[in-house]
Amino acid sequence: MEIIQIVGLGLVAAALVLVLREQKPLFAFLLAAFTGLFIFLYVVGKIDAVLNVLEQLADRSGIPSIYLKTILKIIGIAYIAEFGSQIVRDAGQESIASKIEFAGKILILVLAVPIISVIVETVLGLLPVGS
Amino acid sequence: MNFDIMAIFQIAGIGIITAMIHTLLKSSGKEEYAQWATMVGFVIVLFMVLRLLGDLFQEIKTTFLFQ
Repeated sequence: MEIIQIVGLGLVAAALVLVLREQKPLFAFLLAAFTGLFIFLYVVGKIDAVLNVLEQLADRSGIPSIYLKTILKIIGIAYIAEFGSQIVRDAGQESIASKIEFAGKILILVLAVPIISVIVETVLGLLPVGS
Repeated sequence: MNFDIMAIFQIAGIGIITAMIHTLLKSSGKEEYAQWATMVGFVIVLFMVLRLLGDLFQEIKTTFLFQ
């Protein structure tokens, strides 16, 4: 029952943040960031097993490993960007948070370009030639 | 949880103690020392957070196959 641990940790941390915010908002922000980091780090360790299974499935179905790698990188970028933007949003900097999300979208797009080009080439190959 | 969960309480404690020191120094008229005390506490906590952030990024790098 790890979820109970995590929820308890979150509740305690939220209470501490409320106490600290009265005195020093700076420390409250750092405490919130630390709690978020802690939970995230805990969950990233878990996701490893799922990714291994995914890799095995991709191996068995014969998908080129470059696609799976690209998808995993995209998922990683999405997680990091989401996490960073939420922490920055906690600090009250809405504009920087939205820029971080924007940068994440752009980087994902850059990674996805090879896959998109492969799709377009496949579709072009399906079309009847010489029309 | 293999990480040190006590760090959360440490950060909260450092924050509260720093606030107390700040108030004490301010009420005794030492404004600059109060600022420095706050700054030192902040830097300590910032180092703790940054170390955990580095751990997290390393973990994500190995998990999601960067490099």
